[in-house]
Amino acid sequence: MKNRRFVLTFPPEATGEPITYNLIRKFDIMVNIVKADVSPGQVGHLVMEMTAPSKVLKEGMEYMKQQNVECVPIDRKITYSEDLCIHCGACSAVCFAGALTMNRSTAELEFEPEKCVMCELCLTACPLKLFSIDLG
Amino acid sequence: MAKQRTIEEINEKIRSGRAVVLTAEQVSAMGRESTPAEISEKVDVVTTGTFGPMCSSGMFINFGHTDPPMRMEKLTLNNVPVFGGIAAVDAYIGATETALPHDQYGGAHVIEELIAGNDVLLQATAKGTDCYPRTEIKTLINRDRVNEMIMFNPRNAYQNYNVAVNSTSKMKYTYMGTLLPSYGNATFSTSGELSPLLNDPEMRTIGIGTRIFFGGATGYVAWHGTQFNTGKPVNDHGVPVGNSATLALIGNAKEMDTRFIKAAYFEKYGVSIFVGVGIPIPVLDEDMARRVMIRNSQIETNVIDYGNPANGVLGSADYQSLFSGEITLKGRKIRTAPLSSVKVAREIAAILREEIVAGRFMLTEPVELFRKTTGLNSLQIRL
Repeated sequence: MKNRRFVLTFPPEATGEPITYNLIRKFDIMVNIVKADVSPGQVGHLVMEMTAPSKVLKEGMEYMKQQNVECVPIDRKITYSEDLCIHCGACSAVCFAGALTMNRSTAELEFEPEKCVMCELCLTACPLKLFSIDLG
Repeated sequence: MAKQRTIEEINEKIRSGRAVVLTAEQVSAMGRESTPAEISEKVDVVTTGTFGPMCSSGMFINFGHTDPPMRMEKLTLNNVPVFGGIAAVDAYIGATETALPHDQYGGAHVIEELIAGNDVLLQATAKGTDCYPRTEIKTLINRDRVNEMIMFNPRNAYQNYNVAVNSTSKMKYTYMGTLLPSYGNATFSTSGELSPLLNDPEMRTIGIGTRIFFGGATGYVAWHGTQFNTGKPVNDHGVPVGNSATLALIGNAKEMDTRFIKAAYFEKYGVSIFVGVGIPIPVLDEDMARRVMIRNSQIETNVIDYGNPANGVLGSADYQSLFSGEITLKGRKIRTAPLSSVKVAREIAAILREEIVAGRFMLTEPVELFRKTTGLNSLQIRL
């Protein structure tokens, strides 16, 4: 069994297709939706964890490709130099996924990597340039 | 009759180790259960702090003379242009100046390097005169080799500041950080109830000559800051709504600490510098007690559309909401984020408190108080 996280990008015309349903029913892939932003007639994004044997995952990805859904695995991770952080909060401003937040009582930056959707906005938003991509 | 005291009386208590000193956050919390009269009875000094990006910052440097001497005209430090249009080896490096085409490295970085004690490359040229014959120089300088490093910041410690949002469908890159489209976020930049000028909004105790914590060293208020404006409307708690007063600050950068002076680059905007400022506020009387008790919920500011400035003020927000992570603007919930570090602001207020309690930092009577102003001039295009 393999567990991987993917960012799915739906073209406006594909949002009518029950992609996730088919991944579960037809391919028997265990699906965990981390974040969803899908509206009819617009480009949609889904961050999803998929668990299945490698071969099945490959078939699922092939199916999505046929449906014009872009499926990019997230193997990369965001890291930052915590010791140099001044806790200004500028990165938390752009982190729409809620992975980077300010703790109200300590006024310190908190990072929950499992919420990160790899949008990479923090890389440029940090005024001290403390974020980088860890290619694993 | 509520207690009244002079700065000299407070200093006497500091010398004898009897002064009661609290941070602005501590006194705000105390204010929930105590009256201004009780606080003025118990507390002598309240310490404040702020650590935010303050673009209007820079440093005078005197490099010392070479043999033969030179009147440096065109200068760079680590390729960042430096202003040399003053006497021979005096120069001013501005925080936002950049080493084009590398616009992510600028004056702020050079200042931080120098404060850290690192070598910096000085290059200069001159036409050469009878009294200053040398025409060019290329050498390394550092904190211990130059005569003076005097930080002089014409506009720091803003009393309150706007909240920035973006109504457009495009990302906006500003000095208020990266603003997501369609009101995707709201950024703000003060330390709220910890902020120096929000604890003495009428500047009864802060004026020319006031001794302060400045970048980790002792500094002074040199003058009112540029764009100083006391004409802004105040709210029910006597605090100006939106950006108003400012301070011009001066101090010895050789004694500063890079924990409290930090170079910054804001994406597609440019270089700025985080400056740590802390000001002690003497609790002279009940009125000052009432001022220092101010809480985040009682401080408000304007929400401005940085995507479309023509939209003007969209609404207002208080700092309790801003620090909570969400404000409501015209029925719409917007995620908020600070740009100035409350964590470091707290450290500054705590250090200043310790210094005063230990008798190492005495309070000053301002040499002169600031004049009230009625507003700012805008620049007219007259040609």
